[in-house]
Amino acid sequence: MDDPFALGGETFSSRLIMGTGGAPSLDVLDRALMASGTELTTVAMRRVDPAAAGSVLDVLAARGIRVLPNTAGCYTAAEAVRTARLAREALGTNWVKLEVIADERTLLPDAIELLAAAELLVGDGFTVLPYTNDDPVLARRLEQAGCAAVMPLGSPIGSGLGISNPHNIELIVAAAAVPVILDAGIGTASDAAIAMELGCDGVLLATSVTRARQPELMAEAMRCAVAAGRLAYRAGRVPPRRHAVASSPPVD
Amino acid sequence: MPAGMEVSINGRPHQLAADMTVADAVLLLTSSAAGVAAALNGEVVRRAAWSSTALAPGDRVEVLTAVQGG
Repeated sequence: MDDPFALGGETFSSRLIMGTGGAPSLDVLDRALMASGTELTTVAMRRVDPAAAGSVLDVLAARGIRVLPNTAGCYTAAEAVRTARLAREALGTNWVKLEVIADERTLLPDAIELLAAAELLVGDGFTVLPYTNDDPVLARRLEQAGCAAVMPLGSPIGSGLGISNPHNIELIVAAAAVPVILDAGIGTASDAAIAMELGCDGVLLATSVTRARQPELMAEAMRCAVAAGRLAYRAGRVPPRRHAVASSPPVD
Repeated sequence: MPAGMEVSINGRPHQLAADMTVADAVLLLTSSAAGVAAALNGEVVRRAAWSSTALAPGDRVEVLTAVQGG
C-alpha cells in the first residue's frame, strides 16, 4: 500500500474519516460514505428507540466500514468514561473518539475533563482518539497520557469556518509523535486540503458532507481534497516569495 | 403471584413483575441485542450477565445503541 495511514495499531489506506452525523437518511449516508472512501466512521451512543427503522450499524456492516463510537454529549470525564464503556460493550471495540464538551453553544472541549477522561480510558485499555482544542500544550499532555492520536479542531463543530489557527495546527504536527487528525470545522474541500498540507495525518469531518446540498458529490470532493493535500505535503511545496521568479528562460 | 415493581427504563417508568432481569428490560425495547449495551444504576452490565442480573424496585436501566453522530 502506497503511503499507508497507521492509527492505533491498524493500517488504513484512506486518510479521510467521515462521521455519520447529520445525514438526512441512511440511504444518503450510505452513498456519501462510499463516495468518501472512508474506512472508519463515527457513531454516537443513544437510548434505544423502539420505533427506529433501520440502523446505521447495518449500513456500516454491509460496507465493511469500521465503527468508531464517540462520547458526544458528555460534559464530564465520568460521563465520557461511562459512555465509552457502554460503547465497548455494545459494539465490541475498545476504540473511542473522546469528546468532552464544555457547553452547548460552542461545543468546545473542556480541557480539564478531557485530559482526566483520557487518562482513565487509557488506563482501562481503550484506544483513545481525543477531540481537542487547537492547543499544542494540551495536545502534548494528551499524547503523554497515552492517547493513540490527537484530533485538534480547525474551528467549532459544525461551523464550517475551516482552520482558524493554522499556526497552532503546524505546532501540534511538529511536536506530535502520534497521528494528528484535523477534527471539526471543515467547510469545504479546500479546508481539508489545507489540513493535509499543514502535515495532518488525516481529516475527520461529517457536517460538511452530510449537510451539503449534494452529500455524495461533496464526499467525493473531500476524498480528492484529502488525497491531494497529502500528496502536496509529501511533494514539498515551493517557498512563498515576495517577488516573481520567471518560469520561462530569459530572452537572449 | 409475586408483587410488581416500578423500574425506570430509558427514563420512563415501567411496571414489571418482581422477578424480572436486565435481559427482560432490554427485550421490552428491542428484540435484537446486537449493538446494544445496558447499564443498571449507572454501571455497565456485561451482556453475559444480563439474564442473571435481577432488577429491584426503583432501579434505573439504560439501554443504548449506536446512532448517526459525530
